[in-house]
Amino acid sequence: MNYQVLLSQMLESTLMTLQLFFSTILFALPLGFLVAFGRMSRFKIISLPVKAYILLMRGTPLMLQLLFFFYALKPLTGIQLDRNVAAMLAFALNYAAYFAEIFRGGMESIPMGQYEASKVLGFTKQQTFFRVVLPQVIKRVIPPMGNEFITLVKDTSLASVIGVVELLKVTSDWVSTTTVMTPFIIAAVFYLVMNGIVTRCFTVAEKRLGYYR
Amino acid sequence: MQMLQAKDIYKGFDGVEVLKGISFQVNKGDVLAIIGPSGSGKSTLLRCITQLERVDRGEITICGEQLVKDSAGGQAVYSDKKTCAKIGLHLGLVFQNFNLFPHFSVLRNITEAPVRVLKQSKQQAESTARDLLSKMGLADKADAYPHQLSGGQQQRVSIARALAMNPDILFFDEPTSALDPELTGEILKVIRELAAEHMTMVVVTHEMKFARDVADQVIFMDDGIIVECGTPEQVFQSAQNERTRLFLSRFNEG
Repeated sequence: MNYQVLLSQMLESTLMTLQLFFSTILFALPLGFLVAFGRMSRFKIISLPVKAYILLMRGTPLMLQLLFFFYALKPLTGIQLDRNVAAMLAFALNYAAYFAEIFRGGMESIPMGQYEASKVLGFTKQQTFFRVVLPQVIKRVIPPMGNEFITLVKDTSLASVIGVVELLKVTSDWVSTTTVMTPFIIAAVFYLVMNGIVTRCFTVAEKRLGYYR
Repeated sequence: MQMLQAKDIYKGFDGVEVLKGISFQVNKGDVLAIIGPSGSGKSTLLRCITQLERVDRGEITICGEQLVKDSAGGQAVYSDKKTCAKIGLHLGLVFQNFNLFPHFSVLRNITEAPVRVLKQSKQQAESTARDLLSKMGLADKADAYPHQLSGGQQQRVSIARALAMNPDILFFDEPTSALDPELTGEILKVIRELAAEHMTMVVVTHEMKFARDVADQVIFMDDGIIVECGTPEQVFQSAQNERTRLFLSRFNEG
């Protein structure tokens, strides 16, 4: 077995894994905020469809959603997505639903008194949200977000089901052609390193926001 | 000079009437104490005047500007948003639970609104804030965070925060109810000092001795109406209404 080739292929596919990870963060974070606001809307015409969206995304397997966007979109709409694009889309839409529920929990945990004090002091709604509420929400959502980010690193491996050449796809291809198990162990180390970094980032963030309660 | 006039205010929550026709006024430099049993509507009244709740009916005029009046059909009609916001700036409110911003330092708690809302310069706002903090005996706490302070200290910061907006009337919603008994004194002392400076104040309180000693006017509320209204002597010594006498009897004995 040529370990040099193996390692270079695994490293290269890790870039795809990272691309999936970062694109999901990039799109699902803002989308998650929007979905959270929609979910909390007083207007049923907004909150009901958003609730249905969250149920659909959290209630069906992510793998099924990946398969859907890659295989089922064409017969339904005539649009054939590139497999990488389909994966990024499925991940962003799926994780936005989870992020939204975390944001909602964070926002609903801010005491009414914070809004009332802001109002009496003359802050506008925007000032109240961005200066008073949002910083406190960010502090509160960091621990559950850490969980999601770690899960996401591992979930990227699901994209192999639609043929995205990410880390686990390359790994399992090597194992099935060579019947040597070492690539599995190397892949595990790769995932552990990535999640070690994610964990470290969240520990630092938590510490930096620990100056208040 | 009249700073606040409320006329025939009604407010209900889900069909339950909490305020049933409240009328009173506050003159410049006066301290008005509102006393009464829990659930009598005292806090709701304060919240209506400070626009945290909207009245169902009635008229409120603050510093000569009409916040809300009755339409011909007997429905409350509020002034436009801009006017309401402007009227709100005449008022300061000190909450029972302080409601300080936990992520801001003590100094920033006090300067944030003057800078963002009144567009004061940061230097000006900070210098005012430091003066207020010294006045509250908290000069050394400017860089602390609210959770590092005792309840009494937090409440003094929240008073400073309200005063930094330079309000014409300062409202207190049971400012000592969330404090340990040994800490209530420091808050009452601050309010006394403000009274000596002729700050116009409306204080909802359970501290009868304080109401008697500091207030110029006392209102006794029960079940959504004003039962008794007058000087502390009138209310505490010669209450006209049986309900007032009953409520005050325990205090007068003690």
